[in-house]
Amino acid sequence: MTRITLNVNGTDHAVEVEPRHSLVDALREQCGQTGSHIGCEHGVCGACTILVDDEPVRGCLMFAVQADGKKIRTIEGLAENGAFNALQQAFHEHHALQCGFCTPGMLMLATWIVERGAPVSDDELRDIMASNLCRCTGYRNILRAVRAVLDGTITRGAGA
Amino acid sequence: MTVIGKSVTRLEDRALLTGTGRFAGDQNFEGQLYMRVVRSTVAHGCIVSIDTRAAAEMPGVFAVWTCADVADVPAINLRPGSALQDLERCRQPILAQGVVRYVGEPVAVVFADDPYRAEDAAELVWAEIEDLPPVVGLMDTPGEFSPGVSTEPSVFETGYGDVDAAFASAAHIIECELTVGRHTGVPLETRGALSIWNEAKGQLEFHAAAKVPHNNRIALATLLGLELDQLHLFEGHVGGGFGVRGEIYPDEVLVNLAALRFRRPVKWIEDRMEHLISANHSREQTHRIRAATDADGLILAIDDEFWFNQGAYARTHGATVPSVTAAMLPGPYKLPAYRSTGHIRLTNVTPAGTYRGPGRYETTFVREMLIERIAAELGLDPLEVRRTNLIAADEMPYDRPFSVGGSPIQYDSGDYPGALASALDQFGYDALQAEMAARRAAGELAGVGLICFVERGGDGPFDDVRVEMAADGSVEVVTGVASVGQGAETVVAQVCAETLGIDYSGIVVTHGQTDRIARGQGARASRVTVMTGNATHMAASGVRTILLETAAGLLQSPAETLDIVDGVIGLAGSPGDGPSLTVAEAAAEAICARGGTHLAVEETFEIDRATYSFGVHLAAVSVDPMTAGVTVERYAIAYDIGRAVNPMLVEGQLVGGAVQGIGGALLEEFLYDEAGQPLSVTFADYLMPTAAEVPDIECLVLEGDRSTTNPLGLKSGGDAGVTGAGAAIAAAIGAAIGKPETVTRLPVSPRRLRDILKAKS
Repeated sequence: MTRITLNVNGTDHAVEVEPRHSLVDALREQCGQTGSHIGCEHGVCGACTILVDDEPVRGCLMFAVQADGKKIRTIEGLAENGAFNALQQAFHEHHALQCGFCTPGMLMLATWIVERGAPVSDDELRDIMASNLCRCTGYRNILRAVRAVLDGTITRGAGA
Repeated sequence: MTVIGKSVTRLEDRALLTGTGRFAGDQNFEGQLYMRVVRSTVAHGCIVSIDTRAAAEMPGVFAVWTCADVADVPAINLRPGSALQDLERCRQPILAQGVVRYVGEPVAVVFADDPYRAEDAAELVWAEIEDLPPVVGLMDTPGEFSPGVSTEPSVFETGYGDVDAAFASAAHIIECELTVGRHTGVPLETRGALSIWNEAKGQLEFHAAAKVPHNNRIALATLLGLELDQLHLFEGHVGGGFGVRGEIYPDEVLVNLAALRFRRPVKWIEDRMEHLISANHSREQTHRIRAATDADGLILAIDDEFWFNQGAYARTHGATVPSVTAAMLPGPYKLPAYRSTGHIRLTNVTPAGTYRGPGRYETTFVREMLIERIAAELGLDPLEVRRTNLIAADEMPYDRPFSVGGSPIQYDSGDYPGALASALDQFGYDALQAEMAARRAAGELAGVGLICFVERGGDGPFDDVRVEMAADGSVEVVTGVASVGQGAETVVAQVCAETLGIDYSGIVVTHGQTDRIARGQGARASRVTVMTGNATHMAASGVRTILLETAAGLLQSPAETLDIVDGVIGLAGSPGDGPSLTVAEAAAEAICARGGTHLAVEETFEIDRATYSFGVHLAAVSVDPMTAGVTVERYAIAYDIGRAVNPMLVEGQLVGGAVQGIGGALLEEFLYDEAGQPLSVTFADYLMPTAAEVPDIECLVLEGDRSTTNPLGLKSGGDAGVTGAGAAIAAAIGAAIGKPETVTRLPVSPRRLRDILKAKS
């Protein structure tokens, strides 16, 4: 076992992991952060997408030990003072989720797009969001939700 | 107060958007063991021996079971009410008993204190299996599948009218063979289960239940030898259902059996490869279909013979898929005579069950491609052939003189030609066809497919709902329905709020908890909004009556003169004027007078038939002649749902379903090699659409004639998005390449389409 520190949404978690433990397993089982989901464990579906040092990463393809000391962001860190942030609010208003299993990965990928601050064409947005699979929504409303935030139509969420 | 018909946001979203959902993998109990299933790696073989010693000696391993350890547990039953068709003898044991029949079949199971260790140990279980020749071809000549069981355990015939006479007098006879590949639902959450023995209550508790908790409670109790009151099921969040998730599989039985025997919590989460080779497959069928028509393309009779690949065992659905296939093939057309002969075939592949739109996706593809063929052979516009055959509005209700599973087939309402006209108008059909014709004239391969279908849903037999109002006016709706992500809580809350004249957003909808309500039908067959909606309306009406009667005494006005608006009871038609009291005040008063802690009314909505609705799918595609890749340029759905409780959620179902259906039309397929080895075992080879493969799906939600089967007039919407997608894409590709008769098999993969293009040139 290896002792590492995972900084998750600003909080340090000192945990012991085996070198083979995936980062998403460590987040879920050791840090109690079950918001990031495991859909395929081979890097295709993207349900486990998280931000590591502000870059999107498949939590199933990174070992926990590789994230030692890094700044990790997950869906649990999105809400602001108990209220939805803009992306959460946009997903809610645009019906961009049904079962909600892919949602954590979609939100974190979209967070990266929004925070980059660069203009994003519709084709580019579709291309980036095609990194992750959703089996319920048919993607239309997910793209609309992210576009609404990029365009500034939705800037913050309602209170809790 | 009108909240029915409004696109209000969902009650379900908050937990799912903040990462606080409780999916199977998110739940844990102190001291739990982790289960890992050892699966057959050969398609057909005799188990010579299974060596578990190395696994059992691994640190952390608690137990290893093989078939001898579970020989007292019967094979998994077919669900009562599923069309059985003599499939009882094809049921699956929870661990293979002497013979394995598909790659993925459970042969042993390991329990350990850590999931990684359980997986390590499972890899050390050595099953020596002597290969037997596998059956892999759906259309092979029938032979013996297992001792005393044929590869064709059942053939059934159904239909109506004088088919032979119609063929004898027909102006044209058109025939073709059409095949749908093997696909399935593939929810993003794999299957999982968590079971714990509650010593204090003397009951087994199965968490992470889904789809049909009440039915599964009965099935599991029977298998485990428990009294019904010794077992309860609890539904958490469910990461997609699509007909697949929430059935009783060997794995779920093993988890519960282990928790019962060990008196320790046991958890199981399958991985994606396991899911793709062990959860129900569906769809795969081949049809040889003939139509007799008159000179104008009016269909006089259809004679359809089809073969359905059940895989290695019959599962809980029994013969539901082939039965519904026979029932749904006629679709929205008149069709005076019809014969359907269904062959259920066993092969050494993963067993099949239902997948969203069962029997609809397949038959809509077959029927609509038959119509494309009729049009081509008679030199007619396919749209005109459809118009010629559509059931007219004045023919409603329209009886089909045969039944499905004992339930009569009556199309209850709808103006099919009118809805088609609305769709053509909305989608700019004529202009689109002209544009595509011009592109074809310029050498492009581009075309439009437009198809019609009938959807079936909201079947019975019943749904129970209890509406409970506390003294503060807060409301809980308790139902045996299940949520698989479709928005059931929101829709039920809307119906309850509308009936009670209160805000929907504060209503708590409790579902999938067998300790809260005695019966339930779960979430299947597009039934929730219709069945649970009407039961909710009935129970909430009971509470409303109590509130108004109580208020009548206090306000000194007859109850029938009162109404509830925005949670305030006052004189009907003049809100804000005159004496009034709040719902909470009336509830407190009524509870005080009647005793107890709540106003509680439980009602049952019963029905013996389904409701039928009409829809149109349109696809515009282009084909790259070099790569044989298909680009879906436009996709549009018009669907007459009669009355939409929440149009936004209806659109959500249509769009999501369409993309699943496009997957089955172009990408998704479970392929096997000659040895019965699965070739589609990861998301790198079972390809599902991403955002890059599909356009924004356009929707036209029509509210034409309401259903006549239920008081709220509701029709179903869950399957209408997927049902037409295979047909629309296939028809569009046929139009693009100018040879509709060459598109005979879904999915139209680039390899298949390249062969078609080669043969064409």
